[in-house]
Amino acid sequence: MNKIWLIIKREYTTRVKKKSFLLLTILGPILMAGLFVFVAWLGMEENEAQKILVIDDQYPAFQKIKGGLNIEYDYGDYTLEQAKQNFESSSYTAVLYLPENITYANSAILYFKKQPSLFSVKNIENSVEKIVEDLKLDLFKIDRETFEKVNTNFHLNAVKFSDTGSENAVDLEKNAVGFIFGLFIYMFIFLYGVQVMRGVIEEKTSRIVEVIVCSVRPFQLMMGKIIGVALVGFTQFFIWIILTLTLYTVAFQIVLATQYGADTLGPSSQISADIINQVQSNPGFNSKMLLEQDNIINRINFPLMLSMFAFYFLGGYLLYSAMFAAIGSAVDSETDVQQFMLPVTLPLVAAYIISIFVIQNPEGPAAFWFSIIPFTSPIVMMTRLAVGIGDGGIPYWEVGLSMGILIITFFIIVWLAAKIYDVGILMYGKKPSLKELYKWLKQSS
Amino acid sequence: MLLKLENISKSFSGHQALKDVSIEIEQGEIFGLLGPNGAGKTTLIRIINQIIKQDSGNVLLNNNPITKKDIEKIGYLPEERGLYKKMTILDQAIYLAGLKGVHKKEAKNSLKYWLEKFELLPWANKKVEDLSKGMQQKIQFIVTVLHKPKLLILDEPFSGFDPVNTNLIKQEILNLKENGTTIIFSTHNMASVEEVCEKIALINKSEKIISGTVNDVRKSYGKNEFTVGFEGNLIAFTNSLWTNFELLDNKQQNGHTVARVKSTNGSGLNKLAESILPVVNIKFMEEKLPSMHDIFIQEVSGKSNQKSNI
Repeated sequence: MNKIWLIIKREYTTRVKKKSFLLLTILGPILMAGLFVFVAWLGMEENEAQKILVIDDQYPAFQKIKGGLNIEYDYGDYTLEQAKQNFESSSYTAVLYLPENITYANSAILYFKKQPSLFSVKNIENSVEKIVEDLKLDLFKIDRETFEKVNTNFHLNAVKFSDTGSENAVDLEKNAVGFIFGLFIYMFIFLYGVQVMRGVIEEKTSRIVEVIVCSVRPFQLMMGKIIGVALVGFTQFFIWIILTLTLYTVAFQIVLATQYGADTLGPSSQISADIINQVQSNPGFNSKMLLEQDNIINRINFPLMLSMFAFYFLGGYLLYSAMFAAIGSAVDSETDVQQFMLPVTLPLVAAYIISIFVIQNPEGPAAFWFSIIPFTSPIVMMTRLAVGIGDGGIPYWEVGLSMGILIITFFIIVWLAAKIYDVGILMYGKKPSLKELYKWLKQSS
Repeated sequence: MLLKLENISKSFSGHQALKDVSIEIEQGEIFGLLGPNGAGKTTLIRIINQIIKQDSGNVLLNNNPITKKDIEKIGYLPEERGLYKKMTILDQAIYLAGLKGVHKKEAKNSLKYWLEKFELLPWANKKVEDLSKGMQQKIQFIVTVLHKPKLLILDEPFSGFDPVNTNLIKQEILNLKENGTTIIFSTHNMASVEEVCEKIALINKSEKIISGTVNDVRKSYGKNEFTVGFEGNLIAFTNSLWTNFELLDNKQQNGHTVARVKSTNGSGLNKLAESILPVVNIKFMEEKLPSMHDIFIQEVSGKSNQKSNI
């Protein structure tokens, strides 16, 4: 026991001390946050000021069209032909042509010099829509007030019936959050599983393994490595969670500060102020979305998700890393791993693809069976788990069964992997086939 | 400690790697384990280390079956050297010694002693990959002996060393032997076998074919040939040989004649001296024994020729 501890310690410290570990651990969340900010920034940067010439075939109503942030309309008394001829040399960025039949066709044309951002297009669309609506209301002699009452935004709530009385909607958003957790498990099983395999290959090719197995049993060496790398993973998660929470809090503070008009925060506050302005001046882009995003974070049971994540990551990782260790022991160099990798990575990739479908159909037979099968359950079950366990969520027995089978399979796989590992680490020279691996299983017993 | 291998056999999926091999190694002795590539030496060493289990036979240490605890007292230098390239010498030594059950502090002290001896102390905190090949080999030797093993198994210990360092390592091996360490020495370098080994076993094609002290083995392969250096008349010398010996060849060297003679009837060195003493002035004379190198080649290639003839 003392020796396996030594091995775990070595595997852990050598990895944690590596520069690449530090870099990935600290930069990971920052890069992720940076990516989000960058994408948001890209969306805004594109949103250049638009000066639009409005050409109207019939309705002077469009004289009323109101510009918003970055959009300015000029109501021109030109024909479309005239406007088109002079467009190139004019200072207008776009020409908005509103045809005669606009109330029937429900469409207009925007000629542009440079592709306007989606945001601007949506903005223009909304402005025109509003006026077309007014025109139609006038046409049919309906006053605005009545229209608002009649105009229906219907929504169907699909609710799962549960005999305990509580109700819970099938929640795509929650499943999507679950999927993200599953995706992380998928990535980390690969990331750390391959680290285990590399470690085994390193020991085998450097031949140090021969010295070490004189002191400890090969099984101890294999398990020490697997556990050591798992601890590295948990260290990384722990730091990531703390860093993400910190970043989230800081970002939230900045957004709050800008909302309440503190413009002393520098250029970043300018950007956020712009967002808020745009949101406010743009009726189509309703702020409910933002609120809902906030909501989904509050609605997820994060302590449950994190503890389930810990379990399924550990279970899945142990299962797969044992197989990766066996592969590592069977080959002489990393270039030889290809033929053995496929049978191991196939179920993992399958689990990932299945969980994409499970987001939409979390109760189907595929969702059920693949969250019971241990080779896919860590990812598929994780995708389903965001709705919670028990009442309205996934039944307790289903989660229990999935976990139990995962644990049992883990022991079986480790036992088999250890047998291949036993023989493999001392076998040099020839590249074994899968058939030979099967022989090794019998040989070491 | 006394190591006894009794009737060890081992086969791997149809291939017999060792067949009924018995060897006895005394405490404080350097024992040469010889054999061509693929003869089964590594398998035998792995069985002693209990990395793999023999199919039949016993490994006895001081007349008791070897145990896990005993293996901590074994130091093994494999032929294919290997260390963790990214680890420092200090960490590596502490780790490997720790796996042998040596306390950290003890390992540190022991490492310091050995690094000083090999003039490597300034490198203690360097990574192995930053060391030259020769230094790495020295470190490998150090981590093998760091836990003060009672039984040392050295597979080609001199490979990769220049002559100066070879001597250095040889001296350390002899020192360890003086301190009571039993040493199994596996090599293809027959000159070093004659130099350091007391007893040998030659394994070929999974079987032990020769064993005994180096002297006995060489004598048993002797062809009753003698080399004599003398001053005097060659014809008188030849005549004096009479019917007991025959002259094979002769040459002039440093002003005297060196002759090779062969006994025709089993007469020894004394008889030869008696015969030639009256006629020539003897400078030196010795029985010419075949070298271990010759014996090795004769046995190994002879056996394989036989096999290939079938």
